[in-house]
Amino acid sequence: MNAPNPPDPSRSSYYVNDLLYRELIADFTDWQDDTRAVNDTAVRDEFRRLVEREARLLDQLRYDDWLAMYAAECVYWVPSTPYAGDPRREIAVMFDDRRRLEDRIYRLRTGFAWSQAPQSRTVRLVTNVEVFAAVRDDARMLRSNFAISEFWDKETRTLTGWAGHRVVRSGCGWKITAKQVNLLECDQAIRNLSIIL
Amino acid sequence: MTALEKIGAPPTRLGGTVLYDWEYLVQEDRAHRLIYTDPVIFAAEMTQIFGGTWTYLAHESEIPNINDFITRRLGLRPLIIARDAEGKLRALYNRCTHRGTTLCRFDKGNSKSFQCPYHGWNFLNTGQLRGVPWPDGYAGDMRDPKYNLAQVPRVESYRGFIFGTLNLDSLPLIEHLGPIATVIDEWLDRNPGGRIVVCEANRFRFKANWKLAYDNSCDGYHVAYSHRSLLETENRFAGENAKGMAYYRNSPDTQPMYMRYTGRGNHYKDKRPNLEKRPGGLWALESAHPGMEHYEADFISRYGDRAFSLLDLAGSEPVNINVFPNLSLLGNHIQVFEPVSVEETNAIWYGTMIVDDGSIGADGVRDINALRMRTQEGFPNFGEVDDIANFEQIQRGLMAIEDEWVYMHRGLGIPDRVKTNADGTITAPATDEAFMREHFKEWKRLMQTRANLAIRREP
Repeated sequence: MNAPNPPDPSRSSYYVNDLLYRELIADFTDWQDDTRAVNDTAVRDEFRRLVEREARLLDQLRYDDWLAMYAAECVYWVPSTPYAGDPRREIAVMFDDRRRLEDRIYRLRTGFAWSQAPQSRTVRLVTNVEVFAAVRDDARMLRSNFAISEFWDKETRTLTGWAGHRVVRSGCGWKITAKQVNLLECDQAIRNLSIIL
Repeated sequence: MTALEKIGAPPTRLGGTVLYDWEYLVQEDRAHRLIYTDPVIFAAEMTQIFGGTWTYLAHESEIPNINDFITRRLGLRPLIIARDAEGKLRALYNRCTHRGTTLCRFDKGNSKSFQCPYHGWNFLNTGQLRGVPWPDGYAGDMRDPKYNLAQVPRVESYRGFIFGTLNLDSLPLIEHLGPIATVIDEWLDRNPGGRIVVCEANRFRFKANWKLAYDNSCDGYHVAYSHRSLLETENRFAGENAKGMAYYRNSPDTQPMYMRYTGRGNHYKDKRPNLEKRPGGLWALESAHPGMEHYEADFISRYGDRAFSLLDLAGSEPVNINVFPNLSLLGNHIQVFEPVSVEETNAIWYGTMIVDDGSIGADGVRDINALRMRTQEGFPNFGEVDDIANFEQIQRGLMAIEDEWVYMHRGLGIPDRVKTNADGTITAPATDEAFMREHFKEWKRLMQTRANLAIRREP
């Protein structure tokens, strides 16, 4: 008898379970620690290029290429508090698994997402990229700061904050398994937050 | 000395003259653009409506302990909502009686007193002035009640929902709520122990008048259009098994769902009759959410037949319960409308979680909540954003000054369509605007009334 096919995370969500939440909370707690910093300039440059490329793909609305930077089983998390907290007992601004990320992109492409009709133009600055060792040997934690200039409805506004990426080695490169986007205004009322951060 | 201080006439009056023709501005089938765009009407609403009637302030779970506080607003008034040392709920004006400085600049915390950062006047969380620096510099008696903080004279809680009003003649809260209280009971009682706890929020700001959000709160007409991107997204794999709000797509008025107006501006839209009446009937309608397949399989293996009633607790309760002017319970959210200016509003979608009353167990409650957080994030992210874009565009459209009217006459004048029930409530099909016509009657009544409004200070 053949082994059952692993469930497709684009169609079902078995991997978002209590273990995932516990690992996520552990990985994103007290991780920006100088003793875990990776200071090798070549390594830092490799990850700086990763977050820069992600910013460019999102500015260019190249969602398929952007999603390909993520592991099949991934999390995109925008906490609603500055201390992030436990997403099992706190509403997040966004907490997407692979399928909901694809939902998000699908919605933007329907042509009926009025909050993005016409769609925003964005340009992102990503800076201060730091690399830290992760709990798992084959993983790294990245911290970067961002400033997204968003032109929408005749105005340009700036969304700022910092992001934490958890990446794991995949072949000769890295895949993002979790991205935590910490908006400065995460616990305040924000106008039309309908782009992907 | 009385501890009550009466509030004067609204700015829509000048001396003995009423400056606005309210019957003209709000007619049976239409409303004038000015009610959404005029800064003087807005200023009057901030007293006549927000405070003129029972207005939602906060949920008790946000201040569970003695001396807990949160800062909120009643209209534009900055408030500290506190549970004082005796456990009494207080809505204190966050305004030093000395020079008007806000006393507390934090969103929440625990403190039995508040010291003004400007000159150091110190107030208990009962509102009483405890002391001032170097009091011998004052000739008079600083124990005069006029130096105690202003507070909302009437604060009452209905099953955790804290309301306040400045109106001394308002009915007790429970009588004011009337039939809508029963629907609130049903909304709460589906949860273990009949309780929920607020757990952060999805918070929106939009550049439009607050009433556009309240007008939308019971609107079954917009769903298929304003939320078309959501309906298409949540049904992209659904096939024959339509998910989410797909029942709005075709002839929504032939569905068993309905709207009901219950008086005093309150109404609800009841989509529960569209569901199959069985454990899991609600869960069956849920579109895709993070973790749903895992938790469903896990619950079935852990709880057997009981799994589906538990999964229903993570499902989005299909009812919109709207308490005029600023509260809307929908799905599992507590949505609150906060006016900012005549053309700016916050819509705060507080999430709720269930608490363990011993009937499920800590692990089960944790897992239901893990799923319930994700179901709650769906609509704000994929639905509310588009509504708000439309509210903003209404505000823009209303800048066309000579095109004066917006209409709300759907269902009006069709025989047997809108029914007045024996208890005085009004029922209509889900896409009718009867709820809007009715809440505008209440709005008009409140805007015209010389209500008995006051603030109170501790004696």
